[in-house]
Amino acid sequence: MKTVPIGLCLLVATSMLCTAAASASDLRVPANPPPAYLAECGSCHVAFPPSLLMADDWKRIMARLDKHYGDNASLDVPTREVIEGFLVKQAGQGRRVASAPLAKPTDLPRLTTTPWFVRKHHEVPRAVWSHAKVKTPSNCVACHTRAGEGSYREREIVMPNGQRWED
Amino acid sequence: MKGAVFIGMLLWASVAQAATPGEILTGYTAEAARRTPGFQPTAVRGEQFYQKRFGVSEVMPACASCHTDRPTQPGRHAVTGKLIQPLAPAANAERFTDLAKVEKWFRRNCSEVTGRECSAAEKADFMVYVMGKR
Repeated sequence: MKTVPIGLCLLVATSMLCTAAASASDLRVPANPPPAYLAECGSCHVAFPPSLLMADDWKRIMARLDKHYGDNASLDVPTREVIEGFLVKQAGQGRRVASAPLAKPTDLPRLTTTPWFVRKHHEVPRAVWSHAKVKTPSNCVACHTRAGEGSYREREIVMPNGQRWED
Repeated sequence: MKGAVFIGMLLWASVAQAATPGEILTGYTAEAARRTPGFQPTAVRGEQFYQKRFGVSEVMPACASCHTDRPTQPGRHAVTGKLIQPLAPAANAERFTDLAKVEKWFRRNCSEVTGRECSAAEKADFMVYVMGKR
């Protein structure tokens, strides 16, 4: 009988745990987020579930709000600290929600480059991402019609062409 | 004096959350008139400002980049694609009813689009223009 190396078992077990950590069940923004999180972050994009990135990645993002993916999203210090504290506390854990390595030190982590996000969206045709209604992969609500409420169920997906998502 | 007026506006913003577009416009007009006696906001100047391509930001060269050419229509964030409710109070009753919020967005969007803060006169002109849109 062939024995399975314990390292492999650990790897499998860890990845299962991490998958669970970033499963559809915790895509809701945790209850009672600081009002500033919804008001400041949620005014330009979906108030992303903090579990989709690791704490260090959130810290990097919050340290460069003046150059926030092509926009200036600067906040006063107390507001920034409240939001960063919330994101770090509720951040995801494990490699599956680690942003892809950054090409330049000035680049920012992206929750749309994590192994979890890439795996969940690998069947989405390339043309969808560049559709005028989508613009960017972080525009969750372009297809996840109830993303604004933190719900990402498959049956709620409507593609930019108006069709439901068929798996 | 200028500082006192500004602090007064901030206090007003923090105490009284609810305001009407007319009250906020009156505040900006009065502030502009202190610098330029006899100042009166005009929708013509407001429209010129709204439509002007400042070109400071590649993705947001003008107000219209996100808010569209017609302030009564919903817009879309030029970077994120998020839906933006109409700017014109006639189409969106929530607009210009919270001074702190109005100041925050003027501050943020003026620096993004024009590369500087907007003057009280520019804000007043802008408001007269979008408030007149039906």
